Amino acid sequence: MAHPLAKYIRKGAQPHTHCSGCGNGIIAQSFLRAVDEVGIGKQKIVCVAGIGCSGWIPSPFFDVDTLHVTHGRPIAFATGVKLGNPELEVVVFTGDGDASAIGGNHLIHAARRNIGIKVICVNNMIYGMTGGEVAPTTPRGTKTTTTPFGNLERPFDLSKLVIAAGGTYVARWTTYHVARLVASMKKALTRDSFAFLEVLSHCPVHYGRSIGITDPVQMIRWFQKQSVTIEKAREMSEQDISGKFVVGEFVDVEAPELTRLYAELFEAANRDTN
Amino acid sequence: MQGNEACALGAVAAGCRFFAFYPITPAGEIAEKMSQLLPRARGVYIQMEDEIAAIGSVIGASWTGLKAMTATSGPGFSLMQENIGYAVMTETPCVIVDVQRAGPSTGIVSAPMQGDVVQARHGSHGEYDIIALAPSSAQEMFDLTIRAFNLAEQYRTPVIVLADETVGHMREEVIIPEEDSLTITNRKASSNAEEAALGFLSPSVAPMPIFGKGFAAHVTGSSHDEHGMRQASAPEAIDKIVRTINQKIASHTGQISSIEKVMMEDADIALVAYGSCARTAEYVVRKARKKGIRVGLVRPIGLWPFPARDMEEALKLVKRVIVLENNLGQLFPEIERAVPDDAEAIFLAPEILATLHRPDYVMKHVTQEAR
Repeated sequence: MAHPLAKYIRKGAQPHTHCSGCGNGIIAQSFLRAVDEVGIGKQKIVCVAGIGCSGWIPSPFFDVDTLHVTHGRPIAFATGVKLGNPELEVVVFTGDGDASAIGGNHLIHAARRNIGIKVICVNNMIYGMTGGEVAPTTPRGTKTTTTPFGNLERPFDLSKLVIAAGGTYVARWTTYHVARLVASMKKALTRDSFAFLEVLSHCPVHYGRSIGITDPVQMIRWFQKQSVTIEKAREMSEQDISGKFVVGEFVDVEAPELTRLYAELFEAANRDTN
Repeated sequence: MQGNEACALGAVAAGCRFFAFYPITPAGEIAEKMSQLLPRARGVYIQMEDEIAAIGSVIGASWTGLKAMTATSGPGFSLMQENIGYAVMTETPCVIVDVQRAGPSTGIVSAPMQGDVVQARHGSHGEYDIIALAPSSAQEMFDLTIRAFNLAEQYRTPVIVLADETVGHMREEVIIPEEDSLTITNRKASSNAEEAALGFLSPSVAPMPIFGKGFAAHVTGSSHDEHGMRQASAPEAIDKIVRTINQKIASHTGQISSIEKVMMEDADIALVAYGSCARTAEYVVRKARKKGIRVGLVRPIGLWPFPARDMEEALKLVKRVIVLENNLGQLFPEIERAVPDDAEAIFLAPEILATLHRPDYVMKHVTQEAR
């Protein structure tokens, strides 16, 4: 019997290339479940992938149009795809380094523009593919392969960053919160506007080693233990929240979506000349 | 009309329906004009957050089937290099206009220089070939922008219009032909799944599996096979890519890169110049002819791939070649190679770089060589 989501997997693309125990599998399945439940036709979906482990979620495994681009730039490329054909459902798979270090500028501007692309940011709090180097999201004090004495810098809160930039749908879950992640993905896929979904993902190989939890199941349990919902967090003191992962749906508002504004502009420009 | 405006008109006439830009002098007028023209053509003008994003969005738009362009100058052109390499690697048609200014670095924003000639050829990492055209008039800003789109569409590759500040900002008569009389090339797009499955790496240029048609195209800047599927560890795969994407351009050099000859029939001396330098050169040629000096002009219109064979043919009877560039000799080595063994090649920069060659300065050298 075929897996119910097998129709979304590109023929000949397996075996996959993720490390054993990687969170990418959970995110891949969550996304495909959301696509299936929302009922978007495969031919309408374009996945734009950055460089890093997260890019290999859709590329080449999803049987959809896929643009696997340069490091940090998937949101810029996706902006061109969406403006080029607004009928397409353009989904970016990016990592924390891809989206917030080298590509941070594109992230905040896509949120500001409210272009209707959906950004799934796989945040494993480290550079996985290149060897476990410190990332802008690595918690302070963490020992990585390039911070052997502990990370001196403060980490980015990516969801807060996107909220500040004007993101109209911003949610964060972990690879423990599968049902809620699928629900948020479905919501993102049914809205016109820009959406940012941060998924804290367990990387037992690199981040796990940094914090001394190398078993993937233990890492997921650790996510469960360390997470508090935004609703709960609102009633907690800053001290109590420190070190926790605040999860939930942070923003859900509508605003004029960019490709719709272009469509209106085209109508107006052609009315004036007639 | 201004050269930069002519460039925008040429782009829209060629069918450009996506233009992304980051503000920079001296390319600004191209963007202003595009922002006026495109909405009526139901095309997108977007100002991106930087030049990296501008070329990135252009490549994304091209995969939806649109003809797409960006324009910039030296600093922005430097930022675009990585994604230009991506466009080469993924065989993505697009046009990049570089209105060169004086550099390195910020340099002088509104002074003419031809400092990006080698960058246009070799600016992105890896082994690749590229097409670059050098307009020398406002008319050619129109004509060569159309030609750039046609070549990009035909060969599925980024094409660079290597203009300079003088050509971009000069105002002169531009004849805009009737739409029907223009030659416009459109890319071959995959028409069925079998064609789409072989969307890359054909020496004769594979049809492009445009997004949204149900082909599940896989486009990657990583080493890949003719199906677009990643072959990240096989040297044979990258060998095939490099040879194929270079060969599809190099083997058509004669059709891609033309040269113009002025009064070369009986010339003993040839001036070789391109872009704005060719204007001074042609002026000097005509003036020297009145003095009875047998001098002509050879003007490469396509700089890359370098039209070596045509250049050799054009120079085969001359005794002296004077190469005029507004740099310290970026195209000179290519031209020197095309000079006959019994002739001599001399390089002549303007007395002061980032200014145009003064005609009497060039004339002095021509007269000297004629003795």
